[in-house]
Amino acid sequence: MQATSVLRETLVTGGKTVADVSHDISRQVEGKPTRLWWMAFGVSLSLLVYGAYCCWMLLWNGVGVWGLNKTVGWAWDITNFVWWVGIGHAGTLISAILLLFRQRWRMSINRAAEAMTIFAVICAASFPAFHMGRLWLGFYWALPLPNAFGSLWVNFNSPLLWDVFAISTYFSVSLVFWYMGLIPDFAVIRDRAVTMGNKTRAQVYNALSFGWDGAAKTWSRYESVALILAGLSTPLVLSVHTIVSMDFATSVVPGWHTTIFPPYFVAGAIFSGFAMVLTLLLVTRKVFHLEDYITIYHVELMNIVIIITGSIVGVAYITEFFIAWYGQVPAEQYAFFNRMQGPYWWAYWSMMTCNVISPQLFWIKKIRTNLVATFVLSIIVNIGMWFERFVIIVTSLHRDYLPSSWTMFHPTMYDIGEYLFTFGIFFSAFLLFAKFFPVINMAEVKSIIKATSEKKNSVH
Amino acid sequence: MGTTKKIYWKGLEHLKNDPAFIKNADKEFVNIGVEEDPGHSRRDFLKMMGFSVAAASLAACETPIRKAIPFVNKPLDADPGIPNYYASTYVEGGDYCSILVKTRDGRPIKIEGNALSSVSKGGTSAQVEASVLSLYDNYRLRGPKIADAGADWDTLDKEVITKLGEIATKGGQIRIVSNTILSPSTKATIEKFKAKYPTTQHVQYDPISYYGIVKANEESFGTASIPSYDFSKAKVIVSFGADFLGTWLSPIEFTKQYAATRKIDEDHREMSRHYQFESNLSLTGANADYRTAVRPSQSGLVVAQLYNLLAAKAGKSALSTGIEKITNLEKAAEDLWASKGNSLVVSRSNNKSVQLIVNAINDLLGNYGSTILTNKPINFRQGNDETMAAFVADAVGGKVDGVIFYNCNPVYDHPLGDKIGASLKNISLTVSTGYTENETGSATLYKAPDHHFLESWNDFEPKKNSYSLSQPAITPLFKSRQAQESFLIWSGESKPEYFTILQENWKNWFFAKDAAGMNFQSWWDKCLYDGVYELPGDEFKGVSFSGDVGAAATAIASNYKADSKELELSVYESYGVGNGTQANNPLLQELPDPITKIVWDHPITISQKDATALGFTNDGESNTQLGTLTVGGKSVTVPVLIQPGQAIGSIGISLGYGRTKVGKVAENLGVSAYPFLSVSNGYVSSTIFTGVTLSKTDAAFQLAQTQTHQTYMGRESVIQESVLSEFKKNAAAGREFPKVTKWDEKVDPSTLSLWKGHDYKNHHWGMSIDLNSCTGCGSCIVACNVENNVALVGKDEVIRRREMHWLRIDRYYSSDGNPENYKEMEIASENPEVVFQPMLCQHCNNAPCETVCPVAATTHSSEGLNQMTYNRCIGTRYCANNCPYKVRRFNWFKYHDNQQFYSVNPAMNTDLGRMVLNPEVTVRSRGVMEKCSFCVQRIQAGKLTAKKERRPVKDGEVVTACQAACSSGAIVFGDMNDSESSISKLLKIEKDPKRPYGIDKKIGNPRAYRVLEDIGVKPNIFYLTKIRNKDEVKEHA
Repeated sequence: MQATSVLRETLVTGGKTVADVSHDISRQVEGKPTRLWWMAFGVSLSLLVYGAYCCWMLLWNGVGVWGLNKTVGWAWDITNFVWWVGIGHAGTLISAILLLFRQRWRMSINRAAEAMTIFAVICAASFPAFHMGRLWLGFYWALPLPNAFGSLWVNFNSPLLWDVFAISTYFSVSLVFWYMGLIPDFAVIRDRAVTMGNKTRAQVYNALSFGWDGAAKTWSRYESVALILAGLSTPLVLSVHTIVSMDFATSVVPGWHTTIFPPYFVAGAIFSGFAMVLTLLLVTRKVFHLEDYITIYHVELMNIVIIITGSIVGVAYITEFFIAWYGQVPAEQYAFFNRMQGPYWWAYWSMMTCNVISPQLFWIKKIRTNLVATFVLSIIVNIGMWFERFVIIVTSLHRDYLPSSWTMFHPTMYDIGEYLFTFGIFFSAFLLFAKFFPVINMAEVKSIIKATSEKKNSVH
Repeated sequence: MGTTKKIYWKGLEHLKNDPAFIKNADKEFVNIGVEEDPGHSRRDFLKMMGFSVAAASLAACETPIRKAIPFVNKPLDADPGIPNYYASTYVEGGDYCSILVKTRDGRPIKIEGNALSSVSKGGTSAQVEASVLSLYDNYRLRGPKIADAGADWDTLDKEVITKLGEIATKGGQIRIVSNTILSPSTKATIEKFKAKYPTTQHVQYDPISYYGIVKANEESFGTASIPSYDFSKAKVIVSFGADFLGTWLSPIEFTKQYAATRKIDEDHREMSRHYQFESNLSLTGANADYRTAVRPSQSGLVVAQLYNLLAAKAGKSALSTGIEKITNLEKAAEDLWASKGNSLVVSRSNNKSVQLIVNAINDLLGNYGSTILTNKPINFRQGNDETMAAFVADAVGGKVDGVIFYNCNPVYDHPLGDKIGASLKNISLTVSTGYTENETGSATLYKAPDHHFLESWNDFEPKKNSYSLSQPAITPLFKSRQAQESFLIWSGESKPEYFTILQENWKNWFFAKDAAGMNFQSWWDKCLYDGVYELPGDEFKGVSFSGDVGAAATAIASNYKADSKELELSVYESYGVGNGTQANNPLLQELPDPITKIVWDHPITISQKDATALGFTNDGESNTQLGTLTVGGKSVTVPVLIQPGQAIGSIGISLGYGRTKVGKVAENLGVSAYPFLSVSNGYVSSTIFTGVTLSKTDAAFQLAQTQTHQTYMGRESVIQESVLSEFKKNAAAGREFPKVTKWDEKVDPSTLSLWKGHDYKNHHWGMSIDLNSCTGCGSCIVACNVENNVALVGKDEVIRRREMHWLRIDRYYSSDGNPENYKEMEIASENPEVVFQPMLCQHCNNAPCETVCPVAATTHSSEGLNQMTYNRCIGTRYCANNCPYKVRRFNWFKYHDNQQFYSVNPAMNTDLGRMVLNPEVTVRSRGVMEKCSFCVQRIQAGKLTAKKERRPVKDGEVVTACQAACSSGAIVFGDMNDSESSISKLLKIEKDPKRPYGIDKKIGNPRAYRVLEDIGVKPNIFYLTKIRNKDEVKEHA
């Protein structure tokens, strides 16, 4: 018998040729920014400026401008930190793990996802920085640097220190991985610039592409490095959020002190990361007319990842409850009761609705292939994931062991301002990226378009 | 060579040899006039710029220099860095306490109790501890003033003497108004003044009147006095509203005595039983074994009923009045009768008839001579309401020509204060001697400020035959003058020296009689060193009760009602600011009320039932509404707090607030409740039965409470308590022994650990806190604040739940809720049992805070301390989150040298206030974490002393500030490695022979437990179970 393989669906529609790919993607970089871009950038920049003012007030007056208190020592700051780190997970997962698993559909989305990862990690890192009482010392005292303070060294027992290593490693590897992928594409833009006679652009992108020459040897090295970095990044996908979760899991606070946290946090991170990738790509796709590269098929696959990780998260929530009951530790039992029925019940039920119930809608094919529904749900998922971190951090802390110290937390304009600040960073950076860098990995996409591209049925 | 010379020219001027050119031809650079001033060359500019930049940056970098000038001639006793202690006496607003003043480099920085005193017995109160800051009050008068303008003493004296002379010539009336004067020498001084101006009358009143007791004693036994009480001998105590642990009569002394009856252990399973019948939930009521909420209008009848019940047992006839169905009253009568001669009945009432019945009851029980010592009458609280009322009438009627207010403030703290204030305008000579501005002072023409008590000489006789001295611990800070000297100058003496007079008096009164033959100077030095001088007391000669109980009963029947339907008001003294004298002291403003946990304000307390009826609601964040309280036509608006334990139909409000001339700290805080006090038949009464209305306003209000959750949610790992009947059977009654489940068995949590533990080869510091003897008074909190420079943050920050206290007292109410139902358990009982739990850093051996700090700013010492390195801290607050006891405090803002906290934290924001700071403790900067250090500076000082003397540290040598301030002795601190130390003995520590210095010492005391034992953090603080002297355990959470 002769084995026949099923013909796979094309990942890039519209019968694109190699030249089309270069053109479609590079033209965003080459053209003038649209009015929509300027408006979006203006909004992002004003968020950034307002947020910077709030950060300045925080630095000038002290952490007291936030709504924290003697019992709730972390609230929006670390909630936002974990939320952004979580969002930052999708990029590396897509580029590293899916690369290793030879999931070629990732090729259209990995560039933007990685960029998002990097910006999200920058946003995330701002919170541990600003939440410190003495940032001006903390930013370097938290590093194991040789110093003149005698035998002073960092405390390797502290999960916060592990965070410093985890986040900085993740950031640097992701950055290198992302940038490396950009090099051949920069070269494309450079070459096009040379053809078009735009000298400045040619020089800039030549520098950015490190003088890429496109030789077979270069390509071979490029491929090897990509594989090595993918191998390096893969454990990081799991380790970063595992370590972030240990901030909580290794503590004694009821509701934090849980061994389930590492896998549960990683699943949650991928969940929120994919949701954020969808939010951004659905917009980019529309604005930059990239419907042929980011297809409904991509959206559907990502929605499937969301169902899976969302369900894992849901199971984790239920497991926590089961263990709270089964473990018979009174403080923990109360902590979980308090999540559902305490003063922050609304946060808990928002989390449950957004994270556990809403992604289940993706079981319905009509919904998971509907762009509007996907867009709305992707935002809902990220709202839910924000609430998840808020629930874990604030509702655990605000009522822990001694009832005498139970308090409530209320955010101030500076809590909100710092959050907006990171949105400002994120969207400003993403918009600059979308404008000046190729948003889709041209080099890789070219490898998956049909060799015998026919320009039939092309729809624009 | 040619003769023609080529001419090279620079310009036409050169070519033409212009005279202007020739003038400057030899100069290399042409001076082109004013535009370029040769004084400012480019080099100069660079130099100037360089200098300016360097100077600006240097000025910016430089830390401000505060000059510290060494002594030119070092005083003999003062060594820089070594504290000196001076025995002295605190007398303020009617309270008495014998104290030791700690001075560093000539500045008093801390006050502690003087154990040599038989009156205060080494105890202190929050007000005593805080009074050191009032010395540095920015609102103190800087010198004498005439009509608000600064004056010098000579002018003031001249004018006062002239006016006194005029009054004397025309035979006008002069009054000296004061609170009770304890000082024999001051009294002698006033007598001299009276001799000079014979129309002078000395009027003594007290903000809180005890005149009813004085009069009742006069009627009962013929002497107008108040006896000493000895609660330590009382097996059964019945108190009718007398808050003897908080504010009544002599709380420091009574707390000491009472605590002695509450100390129990395996070998001593007996304790006193305490009944309280009261309307407001007082500190004393919170400590009572049985507490019954009684309306103020019933209180007299309840006393009468107790008499009836006891009279029935004694075979005497009952009174014509009484009241039925008062919970626990019959039981109290049974217990009292069973402990005849060893019981004590006290009442807060200022009604003579009620006090007479109380005397009759005590007489019936044979308590005189055992718990009531008429042979040792007290001299404080001797204010006479009748003479004061007469003074007010005279002043209003224009019959007084001159009045001197000697360290008192009746315009504020007398019910008729506004009348007094108004009348002063018509009196030709008005003088006040208060050391700060106050309501009375600002209404007088002449302000002749006295020294603060820490700057002055004086003597006191708080009780018959018990004397004490006060001596200056600092040179007067301002141009104030000892009031006694003022009196003498105004009586015509020139340059009197009160110190010499005092010494002479003592020489004549005591030395001559008592210590003849000794060298006077040595005798005097000894008296001064001890601070107290005690003569042998009189023998108890027996008393014969001769009061007319029948008449008293009739009076009670007409005054009190068994079933009043009207709202009633009971006014009480604030636990923080007391009667208001020290209202401008932020240490007291920020001291949480032991019951309500409110700071910087005072609410109306109301029962849940009445609150519901009137529409008031409270939420879990101290949000409430303002209510309009009207008493006898006077209205005020005050926030309303729903208070468990408040008698239904009654409301309470505290005194001490509503000061108008007081300084920045207490400005605009609360309302004055003094005008509400009723004055009838010459007695000031703090309970008002008629004409009280309370109505809700629409204004929302948020109170500042340091504790917003009231019950302990049935968590036995936090509070372990039982009742005496159970304790008698089993000394471990009430203990929880948590177990952790391994795969095969359940084990003690302390046996499981990831850590290797520590070995403390030298000391192993530990603390024990007895929940049974802690009364919750809060003096430890203030002592800790003063000792450790703890920042005060003010009302707004407390509302944000950011108070900085290193030590707090958690107050939990019991709940009647179903223990399975968390929501129900949040609701306190209507008349709850109360437990107080001092909570401070537990100095865990497996400290969760230490492991999580990324920069190792909090670490473990080799002596078991959990230590905080402020200058390493970067402020992640992870340690505070991970602290199960929530005792870590974060510096959210810069609390020192910051105008934002100027008025609430003067000790760190004014030059004067800063003098109180303890130089041994760092003032923490913004952004760092802080917490209890076990007074590590005291530990180090103790170790240093021992080391210099080449010996080990002795037990009792190192005393933490909280322990020193604890009048009830509930806090014991010491070395757990030393088997002879009191903590080792108290906890019955047995060393593990395998690991004698390890952390897992066997604790033999069955009452000792660690809070949250199940999480295995192994604190170095142990709590002893709370045992209530009740017959049965109340099922509660």
